Amino acid sequence: MSLMELIFGKRQKSAEIARERLQIILAHERNGRTGTPDYLPALQRELMDVISKYVRVNQDDIKVQLERQDDMDVLEVNIVLPENQR
Amino acid sequence: MAKIIVVTSGKGGVGKTTTSASFASGLALKGHKTAVIDFDVGLRNLDLIMGCERRVVYDLINVVNGEATLNQALIKDKHCDNLFVLPASQTRDKDALSKEGIEKVLDELDEMGFDYIVCDSPAGIEKGALLALYFADEAIIVTNPEVSSVRDSDRILGILSSKSRRAENGDKPVKEHLLITRYAPARVDKGEMLSVDDVKEILRVPLIGVIPESQAVLQASNAGSPAIHLNGTDVSEAYKDVVSRFVGDDKPMRFLDAPKVGLLKRLFGG
Repeated sequence: MSLMELIFGKRQKSAEIARERLQIILAHERNGRTGTPDYLPALQRELMDVISKYVRVNQDDIKVQLERQDDMDVLEVNIVLPENQR
Repeated sequence: MAKIIVVTSGKGGVGKTTTSASFASGLALKGHKTAVIDFDVGLRNLDLIMGCERRVVYDLINVVNGEATLNQALIKDKHCDNLFVLPASQTRDKDALSKEGIEKVLDELDEMGFDYIVCDSPAGIEKGALLALYFADEAIIVTNPEVSSVRDSDRILGILSSKSRRAENGDKPVKEHLLITRYAPARVDKGEMLSVDDVKEILRVPLIGVIPESQAVLQASNAGSPAIHLNGTDVSEAYKDVVSRFVGDDKPMRFLDAPKVGLLKRLFGG
């Protein structure tokens, strides 16, 4: 360690910062990749078709999400029904 | 069966075409009948790097559309007898390529007795890139030791393991090889650049080689001659090692350390 580093403290090398940033973002993105399967948009469309047979809903009123909780996948379907229904 | 290898990266400008040209040339130098296909429809450049741009008459899309035979479109390389280049089209029509069309071309190359088919992928994850990797048996992931390149390589690895033909058919997965290019050991020593070990650890793909940053690459592209032919340069040696490792030879990694700087040079610069 040089005298300057002793006095001013050691500055983190930029390659170390790069490595840490990559490890964090890739862990996140790899999770996202396995967490949102390709069929979700299609599932949402088909659900929409079925539901609109009985109730009038907008495309935006249906939210389909897959969430990962530890060792369990939770498929969450959220449908907002219009207020003036019936 | 011809072995199909895709050279891919996600990010642009990392050395895919440079690598495709030198890798295909290296296979041919070893005596294997090799074809190298440019998949970058609309922005073809492999012909320039191979130095055959003035001999392009027909291209990949002409063959797919039946406007030319494969024999008419294949350009014999000027350095190697058993190397042929199939250029990309300059047309901007992205739908000109299809899985069926590409499969037909690859099957025909196989029937013609080619040992290796190298697919030079365009950057990005659009149709051209997906088609370039779809039929691959093996993949060379070209990565610079730099955050955006590593991230994009990781993305491409995800696509290889989910969207390739092997993945769709549930066959043995595409065999992946990591190739680190534009590596500057002196900068790694200073802590300014991700090291080979960093990139390997992050991407978790077996390393097939490291190509050092070098002025020879620009000289090669200026001259239209793949860098592997610039005998005596470290880039040429590094690519030859990559080809040897690919065909199964055991070659230790080279060019990982910065050249030692002598005391005089350190004192007076130079």
